[in-house]
Amino acid sequence: MREAFLQENLMQPHSAIPFWRSERVLRAAAQVLFVVLLALVAGFLYSNLIHALQRRGLSAGFGFLSLEAGFRIGETPIPYDPGDSYGRAFLVGVLNTLRVTGVGILLATLLGLVAGVARLSPNWLIRQIAAAYVELIRNTPLLVQLVFWYYAVIFKMPPIQESLTVGNLILISQRGVALPEISVTPAFYPWLGVLALGTMAAWIVWRVRQRYHDATGRPGYAWLFAIGIWALFVAVGWGILGHPLAWERPRIVGPAYEGGSILTPEFAALLVGLVVYTGAFIAEVVRGGIISVRKGQIEAARALGLREGQILRLIILPQALRVIIPPLTSQYLNLAKNSSLAIAVGFPDLFSIGKTIFNQTGQPIPAVVLVMGSYLAMSLFTSLLMNIYNRQVRFLEK
Amino acid sequence: MRRVPFITLCLSLIFVLLLSACRSPAQETPAQGSPQSPPAQKELLDAILQRGKIICGVNGGLPGFSYLDKNTGQFTGFDADYCRVLAAALFNDPNAVEFRPLSAAERSVALQTGEIDVLIRNTTWTSSRDATWGDFAPTTFYDGQGMMVRAASGATNLEDLKGATICVQSGTTTELNLADQMRARDITFTPLVFEDIDATYAAYEEGRCDAVTSDRSQLAARRSVFKNPDEHIIMDVVLSKEPLGPVVPHGSPRWFDVVKWAVFATIQAEEFGITSKNIDQFMTTDNPEIRRFLGLEGDLGQQLGLSNDFVVRIIRHVGNYGEIYDRSLTPLGLTPRGVNDLWTRGGLLYSPPFR
Repeated sequence: MREAFLQENLMQPHSAIPFWRSERVLRAAAQVLFVVLLALVAGFLYSNLIHALQRRGLSAGFGFLSLEAGFRIGETPIPYDPGDSYGRAFLVGVLNTLRVTGVGILLATLLGLVAGVARLSPNWLIRQIAAAYVELIRNTPLLVQLVFWYYAVIFKMPPIQESLTVGNLILISQRGVALPEISVTPAFYPWLGVLALGTMAAWIVWRVRQRYHDATGRPGYAWLFAIGIWALFVAVGWGILGHPLAWERPRIVGPAYEGGSILTPEFAALLVGLVVYTGAFIAEVVRGGIISVRKGQIEAARALGLREGQILRLIILPQALRVIIPPLTSQYLNLAKNSSLAIAVGFPDLFSIGKTIFNQTGQPIPAVVLVMGSYLAMSLFTSLLMNIYNRQVRFLEK
Repeated sequence: MRRVPFITLCLSLIFVLLLSACRSPAQETPAQGSPQSPPAQKELLDAILQRGKIICGVNGGLPGFSYLDKNTGQFTGFDADYCRVLAAALFNDPNAVEFRPLSAAERSVALQTGEIDVLIRNTTWTSSRDATWGDFAPTTFYDGQGMMVRAASGATNLEDLKGATICVQSGTTTELNLADQMRARDITFTPLVFEDIDATYAAYEEGRCDAVTSDRSQLAARRSVFKNPDEHIIMDVVLSKEPLGPVVPHGSPRWFDVVKWAVFATIQAEEFGITSKNIDQFMTTDNPEIRRFLGLEGDLGQQLGLSNDFVVRIIRHVGNYGEIYDRSLTPLGLTPRGVNDLWTRGGLLYSPPFR
């Protein structure tokens, strides 16, 4: 009896388990089933969408992009006129977003670096100020902060007729900040040549002084010499060739500034809001990165006689960077995406313009796809750059 | 780790390709026929008379037109009064109204589903709405997109706004109307577009914009709650036509007639000079036109399915057009009446004859 049982069940390991009980087959089947279901759901949603659009006489195409836009835009980095197409209007929005994102990332990084280092400062007061900044900003919503900057700070500036001035060059009012616009004169290009010569001379001097320092161990003041030589060239070039640059002072003409470059209140509010907010998060990322560097490294550097600034620059930051970069990337992405809150302060970013286009054309789906696609492309491109950089600062194990 | 950038690159590429692929010619589909005609239904007038009250869709949040008065707990305003005009005509009781506050998006649905009998919610009469929403009764208020500026600026026409910053709310046709009008006159300006209506007026009041544009009635309503309403003027320019009036659901011709002639009655009463105060003097008049109008002779009311004295009821309970206007819109500063005056005084209000 027992023999027979064994024979039947165990002695024939190859007499195949039926496929519906084979783990391998079942797993594969489950995956196939999942993909098929997913495809069915997606297919259903898509056909439903197309069907619904057809019923309402809407199309899912992008043909409307070449039609005349008709509306004006407050801030246009490229020439734009209401007679231009929706496509160009959208491009203006994209460029506005890129402008605020680009400048924002740069300034937020600087602010975050300073605040992050300050939180670890041996100075009690600096440490507390940095901590207060980070905690206050990190724990309040960005939208509220933007509204604060726009309504409570910028709107409380004097009206344009009573603009605050800085040496008659910079005008500040409710209508924004007007800066002198710098333009080039015919003397600019020869002067640029002098500048290049100066740079070369400075570099040579720097090399010489550095070698002297390396050889003798005495201070070479390489940078001091280099900058001095460079400044000399610049000044002499300026004196001989005349002014290479000219600036146009902003003036108040009626209800607006004219001449000069104008930083609008909307751009300023959005930029300040994003920089201050993201800076607080970057500060924490930087602090985490610095703490991750082993204490022994710093002690060793001190033992070698490096100064505190040198320790930070030469020992801590290079090692902290590999910890900092990945979370820093996601902060950059957050900043880019948060820029869509521009809509609260009236800045014509790509989301705001996308909404106007959708409103006028009655083409919600293509417009939303376009807006989402732009953010996605921007974010992926930022990730790409940051990942390349990340690979360079990675800790190389020998 | 190493593959991440590559995948990112691939995804970016795919996306760029997708975007460019999307530019292929759109599938043009012909608009599908006419909107479905509403199913044959009972005449609304009978249903309302049976119910004993009118269900009236209103804005509920627009000072001057229809809003809930904090002191009385009643809906007040120009639109609310027209709901009462209908109730007075049907039931001799201006309070036989159930008010339904509706948002801009809800109103068309409420009409199409028959949730309300009539929509009196500052709704602009346009051809597409007439075709799909319901039947539009005569215009009770000729609105139009206007422009508000600070009185101190001295601007009186659009040309004075050269180089100005103008606040405008997104999500309406206001933005496009503004651009069109300024383009036609070759005036440059800077638009400042806000998503939120409160943000739009806040930016103007704080001095960020030189002007703000919207429907004139809305400008007036908003101005009435400014800190210093007297410092702002609504310019005498009209950027677009916005005729506002009652709308009734499709498919009830008798109810539609009643609404039309109730509105005309308020206008005709003002033309005759009949008000809620002096109506008793007119009850003994010899003027055959007025006697017919007030139902003292003939059967004009019965022909409409109402009582013969429906005009008297309207005037007694609610008043003529001028009284309704003065009660709600004059306090907003919408004076002089301009196009909303009688045709005899150069306005657009013109009632066909009651005979």
